[in-house]
Amino acid sequence: MRIFARRLGVAFLLLWLVLTITFALVRLAPGDAATLLVPPSASAADAARLRAELGLDAPLVVQYARWIGGALRGDLGESYVHARPVAAVLADALPLSLGLGLASLALTFIFGVLVGMVQALRRGRPSDLVLTVATTTMYAAPSFWLALALVAVFTYGAARWGFPPALRLPAFGVRDPAATAGGLAAFMDVVRHAILPVATLALVGAAGVARYARSAVADVLSALWVRAAAAKGVARRRIYFRHVLANAMPPLIVLLALSVPGILAGSVFVESVFAWPGMGRVMLSAIASRDYPVVLGATALYAALVIGANLIADLVLPLLDPRRRA
Amino acid sequence: MRRVGWTTRLSLGALGVLALGALMVPELAPTDPRTIGDVLERRLVPPFGYDSTGGWHLLGTDKFGRDIFVRMMLAARLSLLVGIAGSLLAGSVGIALGAMAAWSGGVTDRVTMALADALLAIPRLVLLLVCAALWNPGTTTVVAVLVFTGWMGVARLVRADVLGARAAPYVEAAVALGAPGRRVLWRHVLPNALGSAVVAITLGVGSAILLESGLSFLGLGVQPPQPSWGNMIADGRDLIVIAPWVALAPGLAIIGTVLCCTLLGDALRDTLSGERPVTIGERA
Repeated sequence: MRIFARRLGVAFLLLWLVLTITFALVRLAPGDAATLLVPPSASAADAARLRAELGLDAPLVVQYARWIGGALRGDLGESYVHARPVAAVLADALPLSLGLGLASLALTFIFGVLVGMVQALRRGRPSDLVLTVATTTMYAAPSFWLALALVAVFTYGAARWGFPPALRLPAFGVRDPAATAGGLAAFMDVVRHAILPVATLALVGAAGVARYARSAVADVLSALWVRAAAAKGVARRRIYFRHVLANAMPPLIVLLALSVPGILAGSVFVESVFAWPGMGRVMLSAIASRDYPVVLGATALYAALVIGANLIADLVLPLLDPRRRA
Repeated sequence: MRRVGWTTRLSLGALGVLALGALMVPELAPTDPRTIGDVLERRLVPPFGYDSTGGWHLLGTDKFGRDIFVRMMLAARLSLLVGIAGSLLAGSVGIALGAMAAWSGGVTDRVTMALADALLAIPRLVLLLVCAALWNPGTTTVVAVLVFTGWMGVARLVRADVLGARAAPYVEAAVALGAPGRRVLWRHVLPNALGSAVVAITLGVGSAILLESGLSFLGLGVQPPQPSWGNMIADGRDLIVIAPWVALAPGLAIIGTVLCCTLLGDALRDTLSGERPVTIGERA
């Protein structure tokens, strides 16, 4: 319990540091939000008035204190562009991104570990070589390009070459704009819209995980206890799952936490290509319009997700590996 | 002398051909790949096709009638340069800060590592977006931002290795022989603590190329008319139905280049060290 409290304290300290750095980055950048927000015909006095209204005329230190104070109370300020609280803007976008992210994280992990394990078990054989080439190539592919390729095949190509209806997938948005159905039909509509974005993220992610899992499993396979178990006549399947996978799990859990920022970052591109109105789109449009409060809030939220994932990994590890229980 | 594997030779060869092409092709090309000529006569010629003025185009032309192969080679200059400079500079900063943190210890160590941890907690792409978008977009900004967001991993590796090497008997021997601290660090500790940093920097070239292409795709990196693989893909985005080759070629160029960098990094890692540094870098 004491360890948990300590970890939590460190996590909050880290979050505060992140907030401070982001604030400094955003506010030290050239460019003035007020001059961008006023209409082109506005006078300098109008801009000055808006600046005062937004609190942008106060010294940076005061602005920083205001913002951190608000953030600690859960108030992230008000968006300049949407004229709504930042928390509300993010709350609209987060579930969509989280849905996309969690689905692709699960697929990434399952497929990545399976492929890596198969490769480790067949190390040096042709199937290992083929899979290595495939994963390394996939790992080198930019996600936005892969997304475009999938759209070209499964949206436009599907229509041109007459794919069965199940393989004709929508490429834009979350719902069919003409759809009025509710309940299960609406859910299935969202799922169909999610297939291509999730597939893009999972393909790139699984390739990275497989590369790592292959070496993690190979390390365990060469351990003496595996040979001992085999000599004792333990069934192969049991060796793989009871002895090998159980011991390869801790590094893989760390990897799961490490791949969270990658999935989050990848979703920025994928959301941009598929017009998926999640955090990535919010972030991009906020940056374009210099909507400082939203940029700060979104970055803080991203960092909180990463720090949270690492915290969970830290807490789960001792459960999987008795040696780590202090 | 260890035998050099076929993947290493293949990757080095491919990167060499690419670098040579990047240097030669734009110089030898009959038209400047940045300027727009007769659009109606030349636009959207498919690969291996002739335009109506009789010019032959290996990879076709884009919507402004510019030759894609020549543009791709011009873009390769930039991508390779940004990738190598970005990763190398980020690595140097990381080595310097990591070595300093481990060598001086105390407050310096704590502050440097806290900064590294905080920057690592923000997804690199988000950090890149915030920096690249708020400053004036352009090639210099991209490199600067890659360095600012890329030094932390290397700094951590070097710090751990310096701490390890510092405890080694040969360091104790050097100190006992009266070598000054600076000499011990430069001559004895650092050369033994750079293995994983070199691997990380090599693998980082691929990541940097991917991140640059991502920023350029979003319009926040290299600005047109200067071609970059990322902004060429962005050009082809609306054309994937009628002219898929516009986006296809630069995408394959990115994959090939990054693949070669990854293979080189992997080979280097297997040669330099038995232990593996974490291989999950952030990608675009």
